[in-house]
Amino acid sequence: MSNIRHLFLASRSGLLGFRHVGAAKVKFSINGQHFATASSIKSPEIQIQSFTEKVPNPPLEKHDHFRLSELFTLKDLFDARVHLGHKKGCRHRLMEPYLYNSSLDYDILDLDKTEEHLRLALNVTAQTAYRGGIILFVSRRRQFCHLVETTAKECGEYAHTRYWQGGLLTNAHIQYGQGVRLPDLIIFLSTLNNVFQQHVAIRDAAKMNIPTIGVVDSNCNPSSITYPVPGNDDTPVAMELYCRLFKMSINRAKDKRRQMELLQGLSEPSSSSS
Amino acid sequence: WCSLIQSLSKPSCNSVMMLFSHFQLLIFPELEMNKIFESVCFFFFLVSINFFNHPLSFWSLYTIIHDRFRSIAYLFPSGLFEKKARPFMKHPDEVFPKQRAVQWGPDGRPFHFLFYTGKQSYYSLMHELYAKVLNIEKHQDRLRAKGLFSAEPKQISLGTSRWLTKEELEATLVETISSHDYDRFIQLMERMLSMPYSSLEEEFILRYRQQLEAQSMHQIVPPLQKDEKGVDFSTAEGKRKTSRSSVVVRDCGSGRITINGEDYLHYFPVLQDREQLMFPLQFAGVLGRFDLEATVSGGGRSSQAGALRLAISKALLSFLSETEGEAMRQAGLLTPDPRVRERKKPGQEGARRKFTWKKR
Repeated sequence: MSNIRHLFLASRSGLLGFRHVGAAKVKFSINGQHFATASSIKSPEIQIQSFTEKVPNPPLEKHDHFRLSELFTLKDLFDARVHLGHKKGCRHRLMEPYLYNSSLDYDILDLDKTEEHLRLALNVTAQTAYRGGIILFVSRRRQFCHLVETTAKECGEYAHTRYWQGGLLTNAHIQYGQGVRLPDLIIFLSTLNNVFQQHVAIRDAAKMNIPTIGVVDSNCNPSSITYPVPGNDDTPVAMELYCRLFKMSINRAKDKRRQMELLQGLSEPSSSSS
Repeated sequence: WCSLIQSLSKPSCNSVMMLFSHFQLLIFPELEMNKIFESVCFFFFLVSINFFNHPLSFWSLYTIIHDRFRSIAYLFPSGLFEKKARPFMKHPDEVFPKQRAVQWGPDGRPFHFLFYTGKQSYYSLMHELYAKVLNIEKHQDRLRAKGLFSAEPKQISLGTSRWLTKEELEATLVETISSHDYDRFIQLMERMLSMPYSSLEEEFILRYRQQLEAQSMHQIVPPLQKDEKGVDFSTAEGKRKTSRSSVVVRDCGSGRITINGEDYLHYFPVLQDREQLMFPLQFAGVLGRFDLEATVSGGGRSSQAGALRLAISKALLSFLSETEGEAMRQAGLLTPDPRVRERKKPGQEGARRKFTWKKR
């Protein structure tokens, strides 16, 4: 899992520096398992290391190894109404750099910035999925709960669109049992909960050193999120677009992984025999 | 680990296995619980084979398994009074409680996609349910578009059924849910039922409904049977206090009564008990007509007599008409007597009697 740490550090340099990242301290150990017994830390790490040692990982400096920029264009974002924000009164101060303009008091997000951030986010997702990381989709919007859960099911990852119990990440060993593996990446398709406050999982993920991707609307706080993606989180079209993009990137990464493993499997017997 | 150490100190868990597992924990702390169980099971097997110096044959294994308690008691004599504190050799599964099966694979990835919610079975059920609601709505929209939407489609026959209670749902899901969760589930189910084309998911809905047993007020009449000689007979059971009896009433023509193989005069020397036996026959006016073969066990003489009376009355119903049966019911012959011995309460001498009250 130290590979995910390297990924995190390398990609941070690519981001614009005005927002503060909550997870500043990086430890060379697995996400969240600092308090576990020696036995439970050892077993998953051994497995993960053997998982990564077999197949060489794609270089992190190359920003688009999986060619995810082909998945969407600026026009697609505009057609899906991703640029539409809330009214001026709902505007969050820290979202002002991401806004392009506001017409009749309705805020409009800058799609150039959105495109760049979305590319970064999809790259991170694909790289995590390639290394067999656990991705958790979180959204507290009842309208899109079913959509998010189906997306997660279809790409073989995990979802949590229900009431967030306090200790799910911070008290995991008591909630789930000893030796549980926490998610390696959390994707927020909506950062607010039902009472228009910031979702508890953002703060908890920052505490547990888990990188987060979040679709931030003009009324959201982008500061604690590792890879914010300024965009509309209220329209069904926009949500379907995001779900489709994340699903495709994860599937691409997993398919590539399987291909590489097959190639490795084919080349290994020949190398051992020689 | 703490639980193991605590259980070691408790007098009820003093065993060879516990000592070994504790020893293992001290020397090899990184072993997980499963590995400890495996090694303990292996040790158990070794000990059971080697301890008794038997050659490894089927018979020796059989005797080891069955006589192991006696062998252990012989090999490790203990002067302790508490039987549970003496050394024992049991399979670790019997000693340690079964833990919940691990929910993730060897790479740490959980099996269920809703694992991180905490209540995976309940939320997956809600997800499935909502998917079905959407499916029905889509079907209805398609029919409306084609113009084939009918106002009176086939309805699900619920009959006398009710929704599963919260406890029953918890048992199906193998998970605890709150009452709020349960209410939400019922709300969504009711919404699905209210849709006109809900018969699409009939099987799913009926899975979560429980049939109510129709409690009829009618007395169940035992069937009239015929034996080889062509004689009508019927059987019935009766109980009173702790006595249970079973009676076979034959339409012979003699008035013989046999109880547990003995004649009723010998079995019940007291007149009162014999009166109880005869009362149903005398009430119906069939004193000399039937032959009775009875078995009774438990209780004292009076309660046995009462149990027999109830059994006779029930068996007699198949020979009598409905009005006569109704008359018997009104006389109280068909009602089992609910009175049982009341328990003694602490602070009192008996069930009701208090200790003698002394003014000073």
